[in-house]
Amino acid sequence: MTPFVARIINALVTRRFILLLTLGVLSAPAAMADIGSRIWATGGVTTIEGSAGGGLVPWAMLGSYASDEEWGGTLALSRAEVDDYSLSVTGAGLNWNNRVEVTVARQTLDLDSLVFTLKNGFGLEQDELNQDIFGVKVRLVGDALYSPWGQWSVGIQHKRQRDFTVPSAIGARDDSGTDVYLSGSKVFFAAVFGRNLLVNATVRGTRANQGGLLGFGGDLNNGYELMSEAGAGVFINRHWLLGAEYRQKPDNLSFAREDNWWDVFVAWVPDRRLAVTAAFVNLGDIATLEDQQGVYLSLQGSF
Amino acid sequence: MSSVKTVVVALLIAAGLVLSGCQSLHNEPGNTLYQQLGERSGIADVVEDLLYLIVADERINHQFKGINVAQFHRNLTDQLCQLSGGPCTYSGREMRELHADMGITNTQFNALAENLILAMEKNQVPTAAQNRLIKQLLPMYPDIRHL
Repeated sequence: MTPFVARIINALVTRRFILLLTLGVLSAPAAMADIGSRIWATGGVTTIEGSAGGGLVPWAMLGSYASDEEWGGTLALSRAEVDDYSLSVTGAGLNWNNRVEVTVARQTLDLDSLVFTLKNGFGLEQDELNQDIFGVKVRLVGDALYSPWGQWSVGIQHKRQRDFTVPSAIGARDDSGTDVYLSGSKVFFAAVFGRNLLVNATVRGTRANQGGLLGFGGDLNNGYELMSEAGAGVFINRHWLLGAEYRQKPDNLSFAREDNWWDVFVAWVPDRRLAVTAAFVNLGDIATLEDQQGVYLSLQGSF
Repeated sequence: MSSVKTVVVALLIAAGLVLSGCQSLHNEPGNTLYQQLGERSGIADVVEDLLYLIVADERINHQFKGINVAQFHRNLTDQLCQLSGGPCTYSGREMRELHADMGITNTQFNALAENLILAMEKNQVPTAAQNRLIKQLLPMYPDIRHL
């Protein structure tokens, strides 16, 4: 099968999945009395990989406000603009009974200034990289608000690189990969000057380079490695969450070293239907271009 | 400056304003939780508003059918008063026994928590006091859900 045909099939499968999910989201309101019952701002927002969480790190909370007798859905548009790149993400998710979350996301990385490196160094004409991410997260036990030991969830993110020429040229081994993660989240009431504190820890097994945008596996390391991720935030009130996140990353490619990510964010949740997240992000060195810092903005609608 | 940057900066400024607003709320007189809730009469007002919200809430109002409203109001007021450190004694039934046959779901528990928060907001209970009261109520979660 030629790469071109594979690409078209890939696109069709993805489109159909997104279409099905959108239909699911639209038909969900018929199955529920109102938007979900979970407390305001406790659904997290949509990460750059589609799963519910912060901006960069998935949390144990499931997306939308569906509680144990409800359906819920989310749609999100996000954009990160760092010094030499910009990343756009479109994501959608469904939540059944606050037990299972199914998500899909399409990432587009504009290479901006890397275009010249690629052309001069590798003779490649490529100005963007695309990736699709299919996610499933299952809440194992607990409730982030009410359980003394918090909420624990496991998830997978199956990632399919749609433009493998560049990742392949710089040493990535595979054009698809599956991350597996375990997350624990807990809200501590009245913990910081009477404000509620959200703490999240995630452990992820992954082979992804730069989250998968630069492929999977490489010449330095080709196997799964365990990475730690964390986030914490303070609810100023039920509309505002201020926090920070950290995400450890593998370093599989000798072509360029890969750095850990971190961000400082503010999320504004005027009501259950809308969440706006803004952040300063530091993505470190990416594909030889150093110290990538910038801003992140995400809009999420919940149903 | 790009439009994304503009929005990010605007949101950060707004968050800063909210934060500084909260700081000034902190310097109110009366620092015990019981005082911040407005003592027994303030708690009684919150419980009254909570009752109106419950009656209107299709998710949970059926669980309250046939209750003695005056008795419920008195018992819950005493309970919140006692939990917040006030000079009251809850004289109602034990929580686990009381909810044993109700089969309360997480959806219903969330609905009641939401209504309690809305009732406190309506009575201008500061955010920190709201959070402290909910923290005191959390140990009842397994009894109410019958877990």
